[in-house]
Amino acid sequence: MTPRRKRLLTVVAILAGVGLATAVAIKAFDNNLSYFYDPSQVASGQAPAGKSFRVGGMVTQGSVARTPGSLEVHFVLTDFAHTVPVSYTGLLPDLFREGQGIIAHGRLENGVFVADEVLAKHDEKYTPPEVAKAMKNKQAAATGTKS
Amino acid sequence: MIPEIGTLALIIALLLALAQTVFGLAGAQLNRPSWIAATTPAVAGVWVFVTVAFVALAYSLATHDFSVTYVATNSNSELPLLYRIAATWGAHEGSLLLWIELLATWALLVAALSGQLPVAFRARVLGVLGLVGVGFLAFTLFTSSPFARLSPAAIEGADLNPLLQDPALAAHPPMLYMGYVGTSVAFAFAVAAMLSGRLDAQWARWTRPWVVAAWMSLTIGIALGSWWAYYVLGWGGWWFWDPVENASFMPWLAATALLHSLAVTEKRGLFKSWTLLLAIFAFSLSLLGTFLVRSGVLVSVHAFASDPSRGMFILALLLFFIVGSLTLYAVRAPGLKSEGGFELVSREAFLLLNNALLVTAALLILTGELWPLAMDAFDLGKISVGPPYYNAVFLVPGIPLVFLLAIGMHAGWRRGLLSSRRRVLAMLFGGALLLALLLAFGAYRSAGTALTIVAFTAGLFVMGSALIEPVEAWRRGQKLPRAAIGMAIAHFGVGVWILGVTGVVSYKVEKDVSLAPGESTTIAGYTFKYLGTKPVSGPNYEAIEARVVISEGDRVIAELPTQKRVYRVQKNPMTHAGISVAWNRDLFVALGDDLGGGKWSMRLQYKPLVRYIWLGAVIMACGGLVAILDRRYRVRRTADAAVADGAAAAEAG
Repeated sequence: MTPRRKRLLTVVAILAGVGLATAVAIKAFDNNLSYFYDPSQVASGQAPAGKSFRVGGMVTQGSVARTPGSLEVHFVLTDFAHTVPVSYTGLLPDLFREGQGIIAHGRLENGVFVADEVLAKHDEKYTPPEVAKAMKNKQAAATGTKS
Repeated sequence: MIPEIGTLALIIALLLALAQTVFGLAGAQLNRPSWIAATTPAVAGVWVFVTVAFVALAYSLATHDFSVTYVATNSNSELPLLYRIAATWGAHEGSLLLWIELLATWALLVAALSGQLPVAFRARVLGVLGLVGVGFLAFTLFTSSPFARLSPAAIEGADLNPLLQDPALAAHPPMLYMGYVGTSVAFAFAVAAMLSGRLDAQWARWTRPWVVAAWMSLTIGIALGSWWAYYVLGWGGWWFWDPVENASFMPWLAATALLHSLAVTEKRGLFKSWTLLLAIFAFSLSLLGTFLVRSGVLVSVHAFASDPSRGMFILALLLFFIVGSLTLYAVRAPGLKSEGGFELVSREAFLLLNNALLVTAALLILTGELWPLAMDAFDLGKISVGPPYYNAVFLVPGIPLVFLLAIGMHAGWRRGLLSSRRRVLAMLFGGALLLALLLAFGAYRSAGTALTIVAFTAGLFVMGSALIEPVEAWRRGQKLPRAAIGMAIAHFGVGVWILGVTGVVSYKVEKDVSLAPGESTTIAGYTFKYLGTKPVSGPNYEAIEARVVISEGDRVIAELPTQKRVYRVQKNPMTHAGISVAWNRDLFVALGDDLGGGKWSMRLQYKPLVRYIWLGAVIMACGGLVAILDRRYRVRRTADAAVADGAAAAEAG
C-alpha cells in the first residue's frame, strides 16, 4: 500500500466511524429526550398524548391517598392555576410529601398522569427549578404582580 | 480570631500565587535567573498559607464556632467529629478551599519532584499552576469566602446534609478533586511545552506520571462516589448518568485518552499536537465540571449548595483558560512536527483508535449534558436527556474499544501484530466466548440482554489478554518493567469492571413489595421475610428500623436491618439500606413507607457481581500506581537512551 492510499483509508475509516457515532447519537437522542410541562400546559393539552414526558408541581395538601397495604398511590400536582392527577405504583422518594415540589416522569392515560418515576430533591428547601419557575409565573399572574 | 487568620492566610496565598505566576512565566520568558529561582519559595509559601486557611476552617468546624456562616449552615453540635472535619468540604465554599488546597499540594509536589527538569521549563509549569491558583483564590475570596462571619452568631448549627454523613462520602470529594485538580498539572506541562516550543519524548516522560496520578485519583474518586450512591441514596443504583456524575466521567475519559496518547508521544514522538489538545481538553472538562456543579445551572440529585451568581465567575475563568490555551495552541502547534509514520496495524494505530473512541464517547456525553442547557437558554422547551441515550453513546464506542484493547496490547510499535501472539489471542478469544456462554447459561440460566454474551466475552478476553505478557515473562524468568506490569494490571481491572457491570445490568432483580410482619416474598431464589419494625435512635437521628431475614432454601443467610432515619436538625427522612454482601452477589433491602394496616413498602434487590464494578476500578488504579513507580520516571537519562530502551522493552515483551 502506498502512503497515499493508507492515508485515504485512514480518513475514510475515521469518517465512517464519526458518521456511525453521529447516527447512533441522533437516534438515541431522539428517543430519550423527555420534555417538561407544568400542570397548566398539561391542562391546555400541550403535552403529547401517548408519549412520555415529565410534569412538575407542588403536591397538593391533603391529596395523597393510598389503598391501605397497597403500593399504589394517588396524588394531585398543582402549579396554583391548574392541577394534574397522578397515579404511581412503587416506593416514593424519601422527601416526597404534601406541599413539596416534585417531578414525575410518565404518560397521560385518560386524564390521569401514570408515573413510572417520581423525583424529589434530597433537600427540604429544594424545589426543582422548572417547578419553581412555573409556579412563580402562575402566582404572579394570579396576584397581578410583575415577576 | 481563627476565621480572620484564615481570611488573611488566603489573601497572602493569593499574593504569593500572583508572585508564583509572574516569577515563573515572566522569569522564563525574559530569562531572569533570579526570578526563576524565586518561583519555588512562592510555591511553598502558597501551600503553607492555603493549608493554614484549610486548617482554620476545619478547626472552626471542630470547635463549633457558629459565628462563622459556613459552620452554622453545615455543622451542628451533635455532629460526630469525623463529619465535622468532612464538613470542611461538604458545601460550596469549603469544597473550593479543598480544590485550592489540592492545587497547592500538586504544585508543591511538582516543585519538589521535578529537579531533573530544565529550570526555565519547570518555572513555566509552576507559573501556569500559579495562574490557575490565582483564579481560584480570587474566586473564593471575592465570591465564596468560607470565613464570612454571622452576626449575631447562631446558637446551633443547621447540620451537615445527612446524605453527606457517610465515611465513603467523606473520602469521595478529596479523591475526586485530587483527580480534577491533577489535570491542571498536565495542562501546565502542555502550556509550558507550547511556550517553550519544546515537545519531545522527554517532555512526554516527565508528564506521564503526573497524568497517571491524576487519572488514578479520578478513578478512585468516581468509584467512591458510585459506591456511595449505591448504598446511601437508598435505591441500589450504582450509576445514574446524572449530570454531576457525567461531569466527573468526562474528564476521566479525556485523561484516559491522554494517558494513552502520551505513551505514543513518549515512545515514538508522534501525536504531539493531539496530546497537547487532549491535555487542554481534560483540564477544560475538569473546569467545566466544577462550573456545572457549582453554578447551579444543572439540576441534579447531588448538586449540593450551588449558587447561580457564582457561575459567571467560574464561566469567565473557564473561558479564560480554554480560549487562552487554544489560542496558544493555534499559534504553536503547527510548529510541532511528528517524526516518522506507522503501519495500519501497529500499536500506534490501536492507540489512535483508542483515542478516537474515548474522545467520541466524551463528546457525545458532553452533548447530552449541554443540550438541555442550550434548549433552555434559547427558550425551546425544557428537556432532559435520559440514561438510555448515555448508555447508547457509551456502549457504541465502548464495546469495540474493549476488543481493540485486548488485541492492541500485543501489537508492536511501528509494525504489525506480534506474530507469536496471534495464536494465543485466538485461543483466548475462543476461551472467553465459551466461558461467557457458560457463565450466562450455567450460572444465570439466561442469555440476559442482547449484549450480555458480547460484554462477558469482552471482559474475559481483556482479562486473559492482559495476563499474556506477565505470564510469558514469568515462564521465561524475565522481569517486566513496572510500566508494563502496571498496564497489565490496569487492563485486567477493565475486564473485571466489565464483568461486574454486565452481571448486574443483565441479571439484577428488583421488586417493590408491601409486607406485613411475618410475611415473606421470594426473588431470584432468595426468600425475604419481614419480621417487624421498632424505633431506634442514633447520635443525631431517630429512626424506624425494620428487620428482614433472608434465606436460601432452608439456610438463613442474613438478618438485615434497614432504617428510615429522620435527622433531628434537618428533619429530612433518609433511607438506610440493609445489604448482604457475598463474592458473587449483593442482596439489598430498603425500607419504604408505612402503608397502613401494619404493612410497609420495601424495595428488595438481587445484585449479581455488583462488587466487581468497584473492585475493577480499584484494580485499574493499582495498575496506575505500579506504572508510576517505573524506574524510567525516576532515573535521569537522555531521551535517546530511553527511547532505545523502550523499543527494546516492547520488542522483548
